[in-house]
Amino acid sequence: MARRHLLEFEKPLVELEQQIEQIRDLARSSEVDVSQQLLQLETLAARRREEIFSSLTPAQKIQVARHPHRPSTLDYIQMFCDEWVELHGDRRGSDDQALVGGVGRIGQRSVLLIGHQKGRDTKENVARNFGMATPGGYRKAMRLMDHADRFGLPILSFIDTPGAYAGLLAEEQGQGEAIAVNLREMFRLRVPVIATVIGEGGSGGALGIGVADRLLMFQHSVYTVASPEACASILWRDAAKAPEAAAALRITGPDLRSLGVVDEVLPEPAGGNNWAPLQAGEVLKEAIERHLGELESLSSKELRDQRYRKFRAMGRVLTAGTTENDLAV
Amino acid sequence: MSLFDWFADRRKDQYVGKVTQEQDEGDGLWSKCPECSQVVYRKDLIANASVCSHCGYHNRIDSTERIALIADAGSFIAINGELEPTDPLGFKDRRAYADRLRETQAKTGLRDAVITGMCRVDNLPMALAVMDFRFMGGSMGSVVGERITRLVERATDERVPLLIVCASGGARMQEGMLSLMQMAKISGALERHREQGLLYMPLLTHPTTGGVTASFAMLGDLILAEPKALIGFAGRRVIEQTLREKLPDNFQTAEYLQEHGFVDTIVPRTQLKTTLASLLRLHGSRPVEVVG
Ligand SMILES: [Zn+2]
Repeated sequence: MARRHLLEFEKPLVELEQQIEQIRDLARSSEVDVSQQLLQLETLAARRREEIFSSLTPAQKIQVARHPHRPSTLDYIQMFCDEWVELHGDRRGSDDQALVGGVGRIGQRSVLLIGHQKGRDTKENVARNFGMATPGGYRKAMRLMDHADRFGLPILSFIDTPGAYAGLLAEEQGQGEAIAVNLREMFRLRVPVIATVIGEGGSGGALGIGVADRLLMFQHSVYTVASPEACASILWRDAAKAPEAAAALRITGPDLRSLGVVDEVLPEPAGGNNWAPLQAGEVLKEAIERHLGELESLSSKELRDQRYRKFRAMGRVLTAGTTENDLAV
Repeated sequence: MSLFDWFADRRKDQYVGKVTQEQDEGDGLWSKCPECSQVVYRKDLIANASVCSHCGYHNRIDSTERIALIADAGSFIAINGELEPTDPLGFKDRRAYADRLRETQAKTGLRDAVITGMCRVDNLPMALAVMDFRFMGGSMGSVVGERITRLVERATDERVPLLIVCASGGARMQEGMLSLMQMAKISGALERHREQGLLYMPLLTHPTTGGVTASFAMLGDLILAEPKALIGFAGRRVIEQTLREKLPDNFQTAEYLQEHGFVDTIVPRTQLKTTLASLLRLHGSRPVEVVG
């Protein structure tokens, strides 16, 4: 029996892991020295894992990004913060469990942390609505960001959602308006904002807490304009073409880095962040502290101007005089 | 370029037909209302802003007709019309995006899904963007984002109010995340316009959905909508799948949004220009001196 939740393409590892497990059992129940064999098999398994994870297709990366044991917003907060107080509610009648936030301390800095929150199992996911926030969630996030702005706390935003919740109540309460207001108001913030795509960044629901001075993304995270499933059923008229859509949409960190959307792609261990959550925490904490250090030297006006210019530059258009070649990625 | 030149330019591009003519019955002189089946003289229909005089049904109109309804004759001057879409991802679904673009451009005579420019409404200056649903469902890619952003920046610099006529299925998937980022880019420009105390009004027309709803369509100081226009964030089918129950009949209509507090006023197209002029004056717009 494998000890962990294995993804489809990890299946070649199953047999190896079973062997390793059997030998461990043998070592426990007898005096036989198996350290040599164990080392050999573990090295082999590590190499296989390395091979598999160094050549993931975009569709496979989506599976890694959605892995139930991939570290979540609250996992990172727990890893980062010695002190942490979760804050609830949008002050308009709701407290969305799919978008969480609060104040905490990282090293010497007081910060505001917000992020989408998924669950690890079905029960948790029902409570967290699979990380799909309601308008109340986006309004709670904005209330907390305004609070951070008022008290000069840098904002750390963690993106991990299949998309904003699509439902009757969400429409009645103005899902579009809630996200739109966040997009506009985040340009007004006078404190540094660092957003990280820790899992999946699903469209407007991700961008609703994603207008940042720095956008970071883990190696196997994805960020999409529309889910590949939806894209495939609209453009290919066939939802089964989702893997093709995933490749065509250019949703991986390196793709988005070359398109000028993402500032830094953070490395993951072979097997993905679910394989080594503490290591993922270290990598992200180092990156966040480094970027905060850079941003803190800017005045609030410089911060806002820079943020505006950053988004102002996004997009590719041909003007009189440019040719397709000038824009080659 | 004046609106007149612009019309002339489009004739050169072999532009064929208005959307209303697609509902043509017989010889082209007559038109049958898709809502109430009343047959009317096409000339009368166009004279009535393509609104059925019998039942009030608002036929879809294209960007040119919309501009003619809003701007004083000869006052619209298009800007940034030279910006052209490109294919940043090398995107191909069943067909290549580059081919789709070329074909849509040839068919519509448009370079992309929005026209932007400066104009006057009852001699009051205003920046105007009009999305055109005929161009790939009014989807928002880099050119739509760039043209609107430049228009908002110009409106901010010249301290004039702004109207964006929305008609869009949302972000243009073929340009991937660059399309999504246009939502943020335009919202950032609108923040600067707002900070200067300037008036911004989106007019939501049929349909306004997805990423456009989740950005500039919902950021107006005042939000206007056309009667019965479909306005929403998520698609009806997606919601029905999650909900497994029937949605109210008027779900995601302009009237429904007004009921829930997201639309300030529903303006019949025949009253659009007078309402706009009135709102501009009530917010301090002053007539411009006309030279020449
Ligand atoms: Zn009628």
